[in-house]
Amino acid sequence: MATTTGAARAGSNLPQVVREPLNRTHVVLHVLLIAGSAVMLLPFFWMLSTSLKYPPEIFTYPPTWIPNTIAWDNYPNALTAVPFDRYYLNSLIIAVSVVVLQLTTSSLSAFAFARLRFAGRDKLFTVWLATLMIPFPVLLIPNFVIVRSLGWYDSYQALIIPPAFSAFSTFLLRQHYRGIPLEMDDAARIDGASSFRIWWQIMLPMSKTTLAAVAIFVFLGSWNEFLWPLVITYRDEMRTIPVGLSKFQGQFNTRWELLMAGAVTAMLPIIIVFMMAQKWFIRGITITGMGGR
Amino acid sequence: MHPDARVSRIERFRLRAGLGRWNPGQQSEAWIFLIPGLAGFVIFVLVPIVMSMGVSLTRWDLLGPPEFVGIANYVELLTRDRIFSRVLGNTLYYTVVIVPLQLGLGLTLATALNQQIRAMSLYRLIYFMPVVTNIVAAALVFQWLLNRDFGIISSIIWDIAERYGVPVQPPDWINNPVWSKPAVVLLTIWKNVGFTMVIYLAGLQGVPEALYDAARVDGANGWQRFRYVTIPMVSPTTFFLLVIQMIGAFQLFAEPFVLFGGEPPQSTLSIVYYIWQNAFEFFRMGKATAIAWLLFAIIFVVTFIQLRLQRRWVHYEV
Repeated sequence: MATTTGAARAGSNLPQVVREPLNRTHVVLHVLLIAGSAVMLLPFFWMLSTSLKYPPEIFTYPPTWIPNTIAWDNYPNALTAVPFDRYYLNSLIIAVSVVVLQLTTSSLSAFAFARLRFAGRDKLFTVWLATLMIPFPVLLIPNFVIVRSLGWYDSYQALIIPPAFSAFSTFLLRQHYRGIPLEMDDAARIDGASSFRIWWQIMLPMSKTTLAAVAIFVFLGSWNEFLWPLVITYRDEMRTIPVGLSKFQGQFNTRWELLMAGAVTAMLPIIIVFMMAQKWFIRGITITGMGGR
Repeated sequence: MHPDARVSRIERFRLRAGLGRWNPGQQSEAWIFLIPGLAGFVIFVLVPIVMSMGVSLTRWDLLGPPEFVGIANYVELLTRDRIFSRVLGNTLYYTVVIVPLQLGLGLTLATALNQQIRAMSLYRLIYFMPVVTNIVAAALVFQWLLNRDFGIISSIIWDIAERYGVPVQPPDWINNPVWSKPAVVLLTIWKNVGFTMVIYLAGLQGVPEALYDAARVDGANGWQRFRYVTIPMVSPTTFFLLVIQMIGAFQLFAEPFVLFGGEPPQSTLSIVYYIWQNAFEFFRMGKATAIAWLLFAIIFVVTFIQLRLQRRWVHYEV
């Protein structure tokens, strides 16, 4: 910053880039950021490189960065060693269902809490919110017992229904609904709209950004969830990607080329989606991360 | 927040409406909206909370009927269980090491990216990428990355040692108890620093440029502006991140679990892993839930202290 201080710059509203494309501070920053980027990318690179090597090359010293011969067949081998396609399908079915159901239940409750008047509303909401302080491990065993007694052990219901409710999403959406002027409801009601219609035709369309943010957050959470599917599934065909991958690790614990091919397969689609929709991901994480502020 | 196209449509409602009051019979209607959410809340949250309190007072293997033992599980955990005290020690280590590193690195990165720097969104993409990746896949990659004999980190360390004649050896991250915890720390930081960075970036956008201009006029240099403008102005963000990162650090599970191939050494055991192990390996449901409640107690107390302390250092001003 030392070179750029002074009155010439102070008070200017122009973006600094326009006037000083590359000053010394920025050069230093770029060097540091590039070094940091290299560190961040190293695991990805190493994973990809190993996934394309044949075993002898994996265990050579010094290790090669780029495989001498590209071992494409690691991928078909890894993906057929365990039913990866099934894990994928499961993760996708579960994540999509959880997003749809959780957004539905949360936005309905949030609407009641934000826009309707009923006895005990604020007390109920306080209780609802207070349970956010309870960490999931406290609920783990009772949920296991309840889900098992419902006959849902090792089924889609077990993986979809309990996460279909969330006090956190309810809270976020309620915050958002409260920011929408009440006159909207009044006007619609005078026109004879029912509460359901107000929710569907006014609240939901006006909350697209928040809904999208919550949806991304919930999708990522479900896609990456490990503990619950680990305890509630048993058969291979019910496993999600994280659980399948961890069992895969137990089965092939020194076949690094297969494990890395599996890891690439697990990571790649979500990274591609993220690259295409970076803005939405960041916004989603920021809105949910900041508790709706 | 309010896309224009939508507002104009809603505007129609408003114009037609004029002034007036409706008389809502909302009591029963509200419950219809609440029923789906409330049902799930009762079945999967409220009932489990009560059940969990009960279970923690029993000895129960899931098969036979639970046997009431009073507070024996808690007494055992707090007085006799050596592993549990190690688990608490590990958790303390994780919290004390991970949280400050995470906040420091996150704020540094966010500040760097907030300088109207070129390629900002490319950097943000790179630093944030691990956040969206699967923790199990990430831990698997780190297990291999940190492999003592064939991992790339070892190779880099050997390289440096050879080139500069420094007598260092790559640590045995996975098997040596001294290095196993740092391995978990590295993985966690790599995975989450992008999140902290993005939240800080949002916090930094809220700092009025005029404050920096004023500081410049007063002759503050880059460091002074960071220290006396940025840090106090983002303190609400810091506070928020501090609370949630601590809660997160108390609940590591997949990280040690996968990094050590499903059998983490005692030196890396986390509270949640110990809960899982007691419940689904040793079938001691009572003890497992008792640990979970102790976890809750720790989170509650720490968060409460944070809330009390925030008055001293968090500046809420807009």
